[in-house]
Amino acid sequence: MSTFIGMPAARGTGDLQGDRPFPQAAHDALADQQLRRNLGYATATIRTKRAQVVAEVEDWEQLREAGRQIKAHVMARLPELLEQLEEQVTARGGTVHWARDSTEANRIVADLVKATGSDEVIKVKSMATQEIGLNEYLAAQGIAAFETDLAELIVQLGHDKPSHILVPAIHKNRTEIRDIFLAEMAGVRPDLTDEPAELAEAARMHLRAKFLTAKVAISGANFAIADTGTLGVVESEGNGRMCLTLPDTLITVMGIEKVLPTWRDLEVFLQLLPRSSTGERMNPYTSTWSGVTPGDGPSTFHLVLLDNGRTSALADEVGRAALHCIRCSACLNVCPVYERTGGHAYGSVYPGPIGAVLSPLLTGMTGGHDAPNDSLPYASSLCGACFDACPVKIDIPAMLVRLRTEHVDLAGPKTAEARSMKAMRWMMSSPRRFALAGRLSRLGRFAVRRGKPIVPLPPPLNGWTQSRDVPVPQGQTFRDWWLDNHGDAR
Amino acid sequence: MNARDEVLGRIREAIGESEELPIERTYHKAGARQAEAADLLELLTARLIDYKATVLRCADSDQAIAAAVTGVLSAGSVTRLVVPVGLPEAWLAAEHRQPDDPPLTLGILDRAEGVLTGSAVAIAETGTIVLDASPSCGRRVITLVPDLHIVVVRAGDVVPTVPDGVARLDPSRPLTFISGPSATSDIELNRVEGVHGPRQLVVILAG
Repeated sequence: MSTFIGMPAARGTGDLQGDRPFPQAAHDALADQQLRRNLGYATATIRTKRAQVVAEVEDWEQLREAGRQIKAHVMARLPELLEQLEEQVTARGGTVHWARDSTEANRIVADLVKATGSDEVIKVKSMATQEIGLNEYLAAQGIAAFETDLAELIVQLGHDKPSHILVPAIHKNRTEIRDIFLAEMAGVRPDLTDEPAELAEAARMHLRAKFLTAKVAISGANFAIADTGTLGVVESEGNGRMCLTLPDTLITVMGIEKVLPTWRDLEVFLQLLPRSSTGERMNPYTSTWSGVTPGDGPSTFHLVLLDNGRTSALADEVGRAALHCIRCSACLNVCPVYERTGGHAYGSVYPGPIGAVLSPLLTGMTGGHDAPNDSLPYASSLCGACFDACPVKIDIPAMLVRLRTEHVDLAGPKTAEARSMKAMRWMMSSPRRFALAGRLSRLGRFAVRRGKPIVPLPPPLNGWTQSRDVPVPQGQTFRDWWLDNHGDAR
Repeated sequence: MNARDEVLGRIREAIGESEELPIERTYHKAGARQAEAADLLELLTARLIDYKATVLRCADSDQAIAAAVTGVLSAGSVTRLVVPVGLPEAWLAAEHRQPDDPPLTLGILDRAEGVLTGSAVAIAETGTIVLDASPSCGRRVITLVPDLHIVVVRAGDVVPTVPDGVARLDPSRPLTFISGPSATSDIELNRVEGVHGPRQLVVILAG
């Protein structure tokens, strides 16, 4: 290829799309009473904690604005920053790899693991490696990947899927977690109770030997500082520290949008991220490292920079800001839709409000009626709570509306929606037709009784009345009322 | 075309000719908050206790620190502590030391009773202590594997805010920011102390 013009859209691949549209998946999730109780309890807990620790920061709004500006600055300078990062990481003894998509990233990581001679790896929780389906790929290559984050461990042991960015097992309560441990965790105490402290202790015992013997670790990164080549992982349990410190080889997979210009920028994100995600003033552990340090930690460090649809999102001037996301999950916890359906209904590894914009931006949309990611921009009431909670001020509602527009444009003029909108435009663009339609609507009074249509509405209109009462049209239109009362004041 | 050039090419095409965007820092920057030393230490103490760390206050002298360490040892029936190569000699008597020199193996660290280190910076507002792998902090692994971490924080290293702390640190060193003992929020989004890192964090605040 000699020119960049006309380069095909580089769509993201991997676990970014479910196998059915959101309304179908949500329908099943809503019927699960236990799931709704678990989610309601957990999201209410975190909302309260977050509100408390955010309220005590008097310059919170200024920090949010700085976070937004830094991220926008990064997107505009991304090529130079990535080149600088590569140069700095390399100068400090690391090796940088580039991956166009999930397939290429998986192959790079598997080859690096094989080169060490190890057939197992320990992992720090990472959205990037979830997105590319790394564990499944490694398993197919004969490499066992052990998740070490407690929630990831619960998901892995329970043969389940993550349902939240920060707490992948948020859909499980303590008793369900205890039952998974009893059934799946070798050597666990048979009298294990569902006390959270006991469950945490069980996880500690279970992973201890693994940490002390592992040769290779795989992590994600919360940020990378371009001018110093410094990578950072923000965590709670110490499993991150174990993975970043004990093995000989460390492989970090990171989306290209995670780069920050300078070390100083950390002062903003180390304030925004912990308070927004776990509702703490600071998370228990944050580790930063620059390349390799002789005698301290891994002797080999690889950084895999991942595109996988990010450049496609970057090309969208409105959607671009979705790449500002720092994966705090505050938008999930405040979302009335997420709180009721949980994360699985979204299909993608990125659920909730940010997932509803990020997933279709990364994979692209088809315009199809049943395409899972085409349905995500509609999985919102547009209430705006996500925008208010976002620590980097991503205007998710505006993006959802923009993506809905794009979906309608892609779907073309033949859909029922497009036809009815066209009819509506015809009716509403003439005062005479509009007045006539208003009078005709009064006939609807005779078709509705006690909120239900007397005659079942034909598809697709019955989709609306399945869960709603039909409002009974008024006996008089506004125009008629106006004429009667103010007819002389025209 | 290799992946590097292709990804960089896609980015350039996606962003087009974009100008450099300004970053206005109107938040409280490093140095913006001045506080009385005593108030800072009070705040740091309160934050650490909130994280379920144990805090012992003492005067900022080697003798006072040594006395505080001895107090922790006798309270917990601990006889020996792993120490980094550069830990001040006065803080702990030789018979209680298990020096990381030559570097201790993981097996030894796993069986160690505890570890005693210094620290680089402490941030009062968030209750955060930073280790920077300097001689008095030691290799990262020695403060990770043992279940008890005793860390000495000197009043002169306590700063008010996160920006103050970040400004003092050298990113070329491996850094560990510690805010309380190991914990998790993974069960019903409530914080529970005690997972993989040291489950007991004892802070000796000297000053």
